[in-house]
Amino acid sequence: MTDGASPVLAIANSFSWNPVADWQALTGQAYMRDALLAGTIAAAVCGVIGYFVVMRGLTFAADALTHIGFTGASGAVLLGLSPVAGLLALTMATAVGIGALQQRMRGRDVVTGMILVEALGLGVLFLRLSSGYSNQTYALLFGNILALSVRDLVVLGVAGAVALLAIAAVFRPLLFASLDEEVAESRGVPVRRLGIGFVVIVAIAAAAATQVVGALLAVILIVAPAASAQRLTHRPLLGIALSVIIALLATWCGIAIAFWQPYPVSFFITSLAAVVWGVTRLLTARRFGSVTLHHAHAHAH
Amino acid sequence: MHALTGTVITGVPFSANPIDDLQQLLQFEFMRNAFVAGTAAAVAAGVVGYFVVLRSLSFAAHALTQIGFAGATGALAAGVNPIYGLLLINSAGAALIGGLGRRRRGRDVVVGVVQSAGLGLGLLFLALYRAHEAVPVLVGDAFGISATQVLITVLCSVAIVFAVALAFRPLLFASLDEEIAEARGVHIGLVSVLLLFVLAVTVSVDAPIIGVLLTFSLVVGPAATAALVSPRPGRAVALSVALSVLYIWVGLAVSYWVDFPPSVFVTGLAFSGYLAARAWRGGERRSGHA
Repeated sequence: MTDGASPVLAIANSFSWNPVADWQALTGQAYMRDALLAGTIAAAVCGVIGYFVVMRGLTFAADALTHIGFTGASGAVLLGLSPVAGLLALTMATAVGIGALQQRMRGRDVVTGMILVEALGLGVLFLRLSSGYSNQTYALLFGNILALSVRDLVVLGVAGAVALLAIAAVFRPLLFASLDEEVAESRGVPVRRLGIGFVVIVAIAAAAATQVVGALLAVILIVAPAASAQRLTHRPLLGIALSVIIALLATWCGIAIAFWQPYPVSFFITSLAAVVWGVTRLLTARRFGSVTLHHAHAHAH
Repeated sequence: MHALTGTVITGVPFSANPIDDLQQLLQFEFMRNAFVAGTAAAVAAGVVGYFVVLRSLSFAAHALTQIGFAGATGALAAGVNPIYGLLLINSAGAALIGGLGRRRRGRDVVVGVVQSAGLGLGLLFLALYRAHEAVPVLVGDAFGISATQVLITVLCSVAIVFAVALAFRPLLFASLDEEIAEARGVHIGLVSVLLLFVLAVTVSVDAPIIGVLLTFSLVVGPAATAALVSPRPGRAVALSVALSVLYIWVGLAVSYWVDFPPSVFVTGLAFSGYLAARAWRGGERRSGHA
């Protein structure tokens, strides 16, 4: 990495076994408090929204949206605008498209794939046009949570609050439609509109996760905590709470470890999320031998 | 790095005479290497891509290309040729995805987690290596392909095409109708794992040329276009190969004169081709109904 490309590498604080002193060191710097706050917002948003992403099988769409965020952000940099604004604008615009297409052609992942192809190509082109490949490239692709601006934090907070309120407003019909789309539709739930609207909300989660771990790694923060939670419990509210807790733990611990270790914070966050998911899979492997979550839910209702 | 820094490219005038241009294009060894390796890698991508599209493996293909980042940066950190790292990590990724994602439901989560974990690992290797080498890994380094790499790429591509040709009928059968194929004795699990491994090798040879970020476009783009144009498998595979080779050639040629990585042009062509095929199909369907 070039000089100052990532503040992560510059940090090598000494770890003491005194938890009070460590806590004070950890939260002593403004950038660390900002990072922990941003991580908390993103973890809450991703934990909640990710629950439905996993249920609805939208991991690939979520991943495509994070990559499209990269295009939006690099395009905004090229135009001299705020990267976060470009990221949110393009992901939400594309989300409408992906949402509409997903409804029409279920299982056709090629469409999502082709949107992804163009998004990545344009993203690389924009970067090449604007600055060559700068530190910003690394921040966009691999996250830069230790160097967020106050403006980034405000945008993240507002977008996250909007997304969570939107989920709260449609919670019951969304859960119903995610569990059994056909039955929900026959009961008068506007499944199609709900589906498109939900992908737009996923775009916000994608933007939030991108702020924390970068566009390339973001999808794990959305799906790994939620998928782990769904293997641990079949109860939706408990599952969502667990999903948020796992996301929070991965984010906080990742930031804390990176504070004492000279390696990239995004690596620690993604690895922790992956390890929790892997361990949960191992622990629940027998229970999930024949019964899937979907079936269990279908029986419960 | 030539295409990125522009050291070689600048000062080469483009003439209207195609023969002169072609001579100029192929006078340097690095260009010939790029064309030979690019062609071989494109053929492999075109063949395997068809089955990726047919079996809805786009997400897995995307994940395998991206975890290659860890392989390439890990190999750089260890001081070996990136292609060995790519082959190793992509095969491991294929095994993980194939092993953990046996059931359709939840498979997308497996792919997503494996992908992000792989990329995170790549980030660690990059930090360990402490270099600016991420950009060639991400967007490719077509003009920095060594003679050894050309040889590896050609050998792997021949092996890929050979493997697919051998398994062509069961692969096609399993892709078109899994249940009937299984009833007729095709081992679906074996076919799926084989395809994932072939895919892993394919993206490993493509990644050094057009980068881990954009290899996906060469695997899925031409094949998705071909599948739209022709319902007949043989023709579709042939078209898919022709398109991917064409995209690579145009991308390499244009980037010789214009200081941009070839992968940017390859991606643009792949997407435009796909849109054109969709528009053509849409028009055909409307006139068919009328």
